[in-house]
Amino acid sequence: MIRRLLTSRELILALAILGLTGLIALKFPGFIEPSNLIDAFNDTSPLIILALGQMVVILTRCIDLSVAANLALTGMIVAMINTTFPSVPVPILIMVAISAGALMGALNGLLTWKLEIPPIVVTLGTMTIFRGLVFVLSEGQWINAHEMSDSFKAFPRNEFLNLPVLSWFAIIITLLVVIMVSRTPLGRAFYAVGGNPNASVYAGIDVGRTQFLAFTISGALAGLTGYLWVSRYAVAYVDIAGGFELDVVAACVIGGISIAGGVGTVIGAFLGAIFLGVIKNALPVIGISPFAQLAISGAAIIIAVAFNSSYRNKKGRLILKREEAADG
Amino acid sequence: MTSSEFPRQVADPLEDLKPVLKVTGVSKEFPGVKALSNVSLELYAGKVTALIGENGAGKSTLVKVLTGIYQPDSGEIELDGSTKEFKTAHAAALGGIAAIHQETVLFDELSVAENIFLGNAPKGRFGLIDKASMKAKAVDLLERVSATIHPDTPLKELGIASKHLVAVARALSVESQVVIMDEPTAALSLKEIEELYTLVEQLKQEGKAILFISHKFDEVFSIADFYSVYRDGEMVGSGAIRDTTQNELVQLMVGRPVEQVFPDRLSIIGDEVLRVDSYSHPTEFADISFGLNQGEILGFYGLVGAGRTELMQALFGITTPSEGIVHIEGQEVSIRSPEQAISKGIVYVPEDRGNQGTIKDTPIFHNVSLPSLAKTLKRKLLHPESELALTREYTERMELRAAALDQHVNNLSGGNQQKVVISKWLATRPKVIILDEPTKGIDIGSKAAVHHFTAELAAKGMAVILVSSEIPEIIGMADRAIVMRDGRIRAEFSKRQMTPESLVQAAAGIGSAA
Repeated sequence: MIRRLLTSRELILALAILGLTGLIALKFPGFIEPSNLIDAFNDTSPLIILALGQMVVILTRCIDLSVAANLALTGMIVAMINTTFPSVPVPILIMVAISAGALMGALNGLLTWKLEIPPIVVTLGTMTIFRGLVFVLSEGQWINAHEMSDSFKAFPRNEFLNLPVLSWFAIIITLLVVIMVSRTPLGRAFYAVGGNPNASVYAGIDVGRTQFLAFTISGALAGLTGYLWVSRYAVAYVDIAGGFELDVVAACVIGGISIAGGVGTVIGAFLGAIFLGVIKNALPVIGISPFAQLAISGAAIIIAVAFNSSYRNKKGRLILKREEAADG
Repeated sequence: MTSSEFPRQVADPLEDLKPVLKVTGVSKEFPGVKALSNVSLELYAGKVTALIGENGAGKSTLVKVLTGIYQPDSGEIELDGSTKEFKTAHAAALGGIAAIHQETVLFDELSVAENIFLGNAPKGRFGLIDKASMKAKAVDLLERVSATIHPDTPLKELGIASKHLVAVARALSVESQVVIMDEPTAALSLKEIEELYTLVEQLKQEGKAILFISHKFDEVFSIADFYSVYRDGEMVGSGAIRDTTQNELVQLMVGRPVEQVFPDRLSIIGDEVLRVDSYSHPTEFADISFGLNQGEILGFYGLVGAGRTELMQALFGITTPSEGIVHIEGQEVSIRSPEQAISKGIVYVPEDRGNQGTIKDTPIFHNVSLPSLAKTLKRKLLHPESELALTREYTERMELRAAALDQHVNNLSGGNQQKVVISKWLATRPKVIILDEPTKGIDIGSKAAVHHFTAELAAKGMAVILVSSEIPEIIGMADRAIVMRDGRIRAEFSKRQMTPESLVQAAAGIGSAA
């Protein structure tokens, strides 16, 4: 099992993360202080949760560009509920966030499934719609820390075994997604649908329905992240997490989730998010400007994809050679 | 073919004809399959030569060799007296061999003129495309093929016949000496076929040497001057059309002793499992009725495009029929998805193995267990050990050769991939198994294993539908055979009535069987 999860690709990524962290630590030993590592992980937790949802969608040959807008809209919804009815307990708010996010994801899924619109078009559209709705709901106003109740803000920061609740969410969701993907028929269907949609139809799998469920899961996780994000940063406004969907897709790509569908592991997506997290946390330490950070993230994506495709080509050539050998 | 084979008493001095294209001793082998073995072919200026053969006889391999898509392992292609080697399709086209395929290889979003000159456009200053001269030349070429199409028309607005005309105009644009037409009438209406015949006449008058590939004998007899018959990758006969008959050609096409050894089987036919009544589809098939019993192998024979695969896909719930009733074990069922078909006990091993059969980049056992996952769950979770056990049980019965069951399917040979697909379906414990061309493109050894296993399934009481375009397979395996043509059942034969000739005649619509 461990061997299968940690195929060479994930191992290389893990080593790259360790190497990168080591290099930074050589110049800035403070970077690997436990407290800083915990902070870095906590900062990366929303990205991890969203990347896991995105991974499921990408596995089925779709893509969800609306996750960050979904996050902003659910975040605004729960923040407004909290300011209007401060007595509503946090667990209820979390349920509301997950449900609202899942509904938005289901909308993406339905449009893809029933109207057969390409997912990139669907989610590009809903991304704009969700952002627009945040503005309509909030009338462009910010909801600031002092308007939110204390329990609302405190929940993700509470510590359990020295780790903030936000980080625990990332860990628990990772474990749940591992189980879902590797131990449930639905998880197997995600891989089958992305690996070969035609053969999946013939095997009795409803391809559209499977993609719908993937979008719903991605939406639910985006909704959950919406609450976690707004409560952690104690602010809700139209543009929160603007452009974050690209980081999420990037984490998946770096983690070896094939954009062509059907290939990828949870560990890969997790490590892809961590890799981006390390870069984002380390570059300011080293004193590199945010603009260079963007360029470096972009370069990391292209290197990861090039690595993926060269790996594939090599495999293809080997097969050709074998055929030639059999031929002659 | 030597000139002495031609009868000397005919009026035409055929001996004087010099071939424009001469293929000698061409062989092409693929792993496990000898697709062409020492074949020859001659084409003459202003004459149509028909290439005839069953599916898998090597016709399309020859076309691919002639058009530079495949390189022959040995042999020579002579064009106009000089030996040619076409390394690419582009080289073959420029060298003077043009092909018009069954489904035209053109670009819907481009204009007619752009399609005609794609890759070969007239260039003006700075190497830019000279649109005016391209259009003028296109008008010229379209006139030559008597097409009343404006060169600026987007291709997608044309019907199939007009697209063919564009393809021919494209062929003429490089001054091809040889025009290959690969089943050009397969998708045409009667009127469009007439137009195509006129076009062929036109090309003959222009002195082109034409290779015409067709399954349809009436067509061959109305437009061809010569014929060559291929069987199992070899040329088995050739000559002038006027000196032969349909029956003679059918004999040549199929006339072989059944060399493959099929398993001896004693059929114990049980109760009726499947009953199909007046089953119709809006476009693909009509008025299909048949029954299928336990322990029976029912063969479905027909030419490509007869509607057999479409019928099976409807029975499996991939497409929706317009009317008709299906009974399974006496109960009326309505099947609208493969999931329902599987749960009712019908499974389908598709013809297109690579595209529809397996998920290649995943382990064997994931493929086999996919439709049976519900049976392998432990506490609602997947249980790899049970999946492996299930896979082992069925792949061992299929004699699958694989290093390990978690090996990825794309590392297996075609025959072993087919065994994975069949194992997958057997694991669902079906009542009816539909095998669509189960041995197409797989090696002899795997073929025998599939045949053996098919017989064993029937012996165990399963009802088997065997869709096959290989006559020996139908005759060797089936207890009963249904022949389809143009979406309808045209004939049914019992084991004793089946002969290669009767099957081909019913499928092609010639003789009394039609």
